[in-house]
Amino acid sequence: MKKTYYLFNPGRLSRKDNTLKFTPVDDDGKELMPKYIPVENVSDLYLYGSLDANSALYNFLGKSRINVHFFDYYEHYTGSFYAKEYLQAGKLQVEQTRHYLSDKNRLEIARPLIKGAAHNMLRNLKYYKNRGKNTTPAIDTIEQWISDIDQSQAIDQLMGIEGNIRQCYYIGIDEILKDLKMEGRSKQPPKNEVNSLISFGNMICYTICLDQIYHTQLNPTISFLHEPGARRFSLALDIAEIFKPLLVDRVIFSLLNKQQLKADDFHDGTGRITLKEKGKKVFLKAWEDRLNQTIKHRSLGRHVSYKHLIKLECYKLCNHLIGAKEYQPFKAWW
Amino acid sequence: MIITATHINYYHICHRKLWLFSRGIQMEHTSEVVEEAKLIHESSYPQRSSKYTELDLGVAKIDFYDEKNKVVHEIKKSRKMETAHQWQVKYYLLLLRRAGVPEATAILEYPTLKKTMEVFLSDDDAHYLEEVEQEIEQITRQEKVPEKINKSFCKKCSYYDLCWVE
Ligand code: SF4
Repeated sequence: MKKTYYLFNPGRLSRKDNTLKFTPVDDDGKELMPKYIPVENVSDLYLYGSLDANSALYNFLGKSRINVHFFDYYEHYTGSFYAKEYLQAGKLQVEQTRHYLSDKNRLEIARPLIKGAAHNMLRNLKYYKNRGKNTTPAIDTIEQWISDIDQSQAIDQLMGIEGNIRQCYYIGIDEILKDLKMEGRSKQPPKNEVNSLISFGNMICYTICLDQIYHTQLNPTISFLHEPGARRFSLALDIAEIFKPLLVDRVIFSLLNKQQLKADDFHDGTGRITLKEKGKKVFLKAWEDRLNQTIKHRSLGRHVSYKHLIKLECYKLCNHLIGAKEYQPFKAWW
Repeated sequence: MIITATHINYYHICHRKLWLFSRGIQMEHTSEVVEEAKLIHESSYPQRSSKYTELDLGVAKIDFYDEKNKVVHEIKKSRKMETAHQWQVKYYLLLLRRAGVPEATAILEYPTLKKTMEVFLSDDDAHYLEEVEQEIEQITRQEKVPEKINKSFCKKCSYYDLCWVE
């Protein structure tokens, strides 16, 4: 089974035959024991520490279809090395563009994306309502906003509704969390621990969506809900909307409420709250477990992982684009 | 439109598969079935290289062609899709006939089952394949994707997730 590798330590990554060789360096620049990773075990790489590498390595990674995602000192996603696409896009890409260009067609994809996202947020709020949390007001307001989605006639209008839904949802989140609170969304910089976790998690979710898109024939730069160019790979933003509540938020609720992450796992760098390295590792471990967790898929009749669900969502978009089946967003049913 | 032996093969398996394939919609090549097929191909006949040549007919590539005896050898894993395999091979023979080798014959080989089967191209076959060529043109030109077929082999088809996800 291929795995995602996260590299935290600074060091040098190089090719050694068909193996990746990682040589960490310590604070004084002294080389430590190298680690070897057979390339066929790697699905993608996430780099948090500073890394030395040469073009021979990137050629090797590209040939092996391994994407690399980079994060800066503040855990900000800064970009990706996107291996040369191996599935020719052809007619599907034409359809994707055609659907983007017509407002009507574009809305037919954008609306269900928002509906799916909202539904999955509601799932979270309802789950905790059944556990005695007072999320009822948030649930009621969100349900009202959802009923407006079908009436929306323009993308900005839809984005407005999305913003409103999200605000109600964040109020609900503070009901769910025991100790640390969110107190409204702050992004740049995240002003408290919960906001910092959400930013961190959303970026990871964006990159996993990008990785899954890579293994389909969709073009990651042509999106429907977000404006192409909002970020280079804006289709990953679209798809991430559906999965953020289910993947990122659930991981955060559970880590915080079980106190696996606490206030002292963060540090405060002049008003910018970020996870310490230990905290990052705790988060990524829980994240990986979540992605690999499986559910019985209703129409496919077999167990699929959450990670695979993301790729299936891409297939559903393909089906919509080729006219095989209208797009219905993934809605958590449990 | 260029019709390859793969089109002929898919036509006899599933029209939807044919449509998707001809539209350039490909799936990731991670399927174990594909892997295994490649392995059989690579390892079953390691020392046949001198007798056989690879023949490129422009729209189809025959991996093992016995030039001296004018015999096409095609290796397959299981006999599940036997009809489709036969028509694919007969199509090679038609292409050879068009290229001026009307007397060529073929042998379908199933090394894992230790079975072989001789295949010839009759005039009726040739006529039938010409009709199939036209139908393939028609199917791939149609706007709408053909219906799913819901057969047990769907589960092994590389389009399974795409077709059946809801
Ligand atoms: S999964 Fe079944 S219906 Fe779909 S293309 Fe394959 S054989 Fe045809």
